[in-house]
Amino acid sequence: MEFFIITGIKAALVAFVLLTTAAYLVWIERKVLAHIQLRVGPYRVGPHGLLQPLADLIKLVTKEGVLPAQVNKFYYLLAPFLAVALALVSISVIPFGKQVEVFGYKTYLELANVNLGILVILAISSVSVYAVALGGWASNNKYALLGGLRSSAQMISYELPLALAIVSPLLMCNTLSLREIAEAQAGFYFGLIPKWHIFQMPMPQLLAFIVFLIAGFAETNRVPFDLPEAENELVAGFHTEYSSTNFAAFFTAEYCNMVTISAVATHLFLGGWNPPLPEVISNWIPPAIFVGFSLLAFYHATQTSPTRPWDKYTFPVLGVVLLGLAGIFTLPLLRDALTPLFWFAAKTGAILFLFIWVRGTLPRFRYDQLMKFTWTFLFPVSVVQLLATGILVAIVN
Amino acid sequence: MASKIQEILGSAAAIAKGMSITFKEMLQPTITEDYPDGPAIFQERFRGAHVLQRDENGLEKCVACFLCAAACPVECIYIEAKENTEQQRISGGERYAEVYNIDYSRCIFCGYCVEACPTDAITHGHGFELASYNTSTLIIRKEQMLAPLEPGKKPSVVLDPAATALAADHH
Repeated sequence: MEFFIITGIKAALVAFVLLTTAAYLVWIERKVLAHIQLRVGPYRVGPHGLLQPLADLIKLVTKEGVLPAQVNKFYYLLAPFLAVALALVSISVIPFGKQVEVFGYKTYLELANVNLGILVILAISSVSVYAVALGGWASNNKYALLGGLRSSAQMISYELPLALAIVSPLLMCNTLSLREIAEAQAGFYFGLIPKWHIFQMPMPQLLAFIVFLIAGFAETNRVPFDLPEAENELVAGFHTEYSSTNFAAFFTAEYCNMVTISAVATHLFLGGWNPPLPEVISNWIPPAIFVGFSLLAFYHATQTSPTRPWDKYTFPVLGVVLLGLAGIFTLPLLRDALTPLFWFAAKTGAILFLFIWVRGTLPRFRYDQLMKFTWTFLFPVSVVQLLATGILVAIVN
Repeated sequence: MASKIQEILGSAAAIAKGMSITFKEMLQPTITEDYPDGPAIFQERFRGAHVLQRDENGLEKCVACFLCAAACPVECIYIEAKENTEQQRISGGERYAEVYNIDYSRCIFCGYCVEACPTDAITHGHGFELASYNTSTLIIRKEQMLAPLEPGKKPSVVLDPAATALAADHH
């Protein structure tokens, strides 16, 4: 009984955090893209546009859900459901931190401790191709169909280098459980260089990390691989005919998949929740970062322009909240539980930022370039990288 | 093989350069104007709502020659001319515009009237908040377009007899 209650609480918490992250990822993406283009981005709804995701949600939910003529109703409605359900399922096997004790219960910060976690994620990401393909086919629209077909071809092609890039760190730590993978990367070389897989001997996995990231971009249909949504050719690709909550489901699924891919990359290559520096130093980094940001907020509170009268109040409030967070991270009891969580979130956030940053930089591939890139470059590179890793691991063992 | 590796490294370097440029741009201050909250910023020669200028004596520059109305491609300028008298001198020339209306529901802000004006009376200001729910309010009268008098200058339109005498003395 206790197990069910705890799992229920954890499931609710994980779903809430993931969906909030996905919603605010949209806000962050719009802000970062705007600043890359010297614009300010959303800042009318709430202080600095912070309530924009909520406004978008209300807009999408209250819009009319159009069911176009001649669609295959069952599959048309199944596709967005499938997309969002699979996106939520795949996050459930990802651990977020070390074992914690809450009110006397010892529990791991994860929803399900699957000892084949990484395979589950691969399997689910393969199935989520169906959501895209079905959505495109059931829409009864040639653009949606083409978008769906392109997307399935792309996702299937890029799954190969993705899987090969995953295999080489697995060879090194000899387990398929994400928790054990993260734990295998604890410790430091010479007390300084972290034993993350991108640095770990005998074969630093930097190349595999890059291949994984590129394939991950393609798996989540992000720029420069967002061909299924190529506006100038295909209107909006597979979700052309979708509106209202159905569209919101595809949108949410895309951002949840981004979070999942980033979390997997963190676990496989960036050492999960292990800190980048020895703990005597790294335990003080989170409070230092929070204090730094709070000072920045206080500084900005004094620099407000007359056109933003609320900044006088919102920036000091933000500064106080950040100081409070810094205080929490210095308490010995909470620090042990929160610091791993902080490092995990920071690394995942850095990769998510990379997703957005690349979107602000690179143009889209042409379809033949996309296929040529994966089959003639990415695939051979990942095979060679896997062979080298395998041979080196065999020699060392 | 060597050229292939060179090509790959070149592409990677190009992507890295592009990424560094976008990152630098991200840290630059934004150029967005805060318009409804802050002031709108114009180019100097922005062609906004018209302003009828006055000369150094505070008299209207417009002498009702009708050249602007003739130049106007959409015929949105309507003028009624009247002679200046000793008692009531409104412009520097022989005649003045008693009525000078611009219909902003037709004006295309081409600037031909400004070019045509021999006395530089009609000019483009920077006003642009002309939207209205009613087209009848889009016909703007002379009084709404006239540049305000400089402080210390007397009004040029003088109607009551006592003040008329004063104005006659002045000229």
